[in-house]
Amino acid sequence: MKLSKLFAAGCSSLIFMSGASATALTDLLQQYQKQGAQQFDAQAGKTLWTHSFGVSSEGKDRRCATCHTEDLRQTGKHMKTGKSIEPLAPSVNTKRLTDVAEIEKWLKRNCEWTLGRECSAQEKGDFLSFISMQ
Amino acid sequence: MKIRSILLAVGAGVLTAGSQMVLSEDDDHGKHSSKLFERTVDVARVDNAQYVKECGGCHFAYQPGLLPERSWRKVMSQLKDHFGDNAELPAATQEQMLTYLVANSAEHGNYRRSEKILRSISAKDVPDRITDTPYIRHQHNELPAKLVKGNDKVGSLSNCAACHTKADEGSFREGEIRIPGRGRWGD
Repeated sequence: MKLSKLFAAGCSSLIFMSGASATALTDLLQQYQKQGAQQFDAQAGKTLWTHSFGVSSEGKDRRCATCHTEDLRQTGKHMKTGKSIEPLAPSVNTKRLTDVAEIEKWLKRNCEWTLGRECSAQEKGDFLSFISMQ
Repeated sequence: MKIRSILLAVGAGVLTAGSQMVLSEDDDHGKHSSKLFERTVDVARVDNAQYVKECGGCHFAYQPGLLPERSWRKVMSQLKDHFGDNAELPAATQEQMLTYLVANSAEHGNYRRSEKILRSISAKDVPDRITDTPYIRHQHNELPAKLVKGNDKVGSLSNCAACHTKADEGSFREGEIRIPGRGRWGD
């Protein structure tokens, strides 16, 4: 009895989480398309993810994996402060991609540092498509 | 035995609540009544969950009492280049964080280290790094670089909590220092 209740609670929270995630993600992708983006491509997102955009003044590679690691299911590390960064992959961290404001805040900051500019709507959508599959 | 521990726990709770009450009263009615309690920490603790999330997400959540108001205004006006990182916030969040920092900057309260930091900065200066304030520089000037920069687990003086074991409680006493790979400082 207890077990089945627990199971039911677990299932419903999973459904709730993926539901919330899907909503935030769908909303954003629709927004980006209204801004002129074409079909999103997770493979293009992956290419951007691994691409190096130069070297920072501290001698660090300007690429996503510098802080987030190659495997998005792993815990990352802030390259300057050493503070740990929770995994980005929704498969291991259900809080990811659930909050539009958070997603936008971090895409803005991290595109500025890594690419040296804000990302285009297309690039943001490609990134999110790639991350959401991890 | 069980009842005794419950009583002890309740007692501790009352004591904690008591000190918090005195502290919160102080906000409204001046400084004299709570001087004793305030002096138990070096700088006021961070008591703002949003600050911990927004600022403490990337680095140690530096207590606002570690810099004067003018410094926080400067830091918050240049988040686009936050010591080499982009730390821009949505306008409303930025305003909320600035309000919190300004209301709790080193000029406020009655905290030992805040006062020392404040007094050490000349009126014409607006340091934007805590580690650039003369007091903090002076406190760390005997530390060999190999224990900080050359120490993988420390890296920089800005990494307070690497050695100050009670940094997140606003306490930076010498006896609480444990330098990774070396241990106590001053032995």
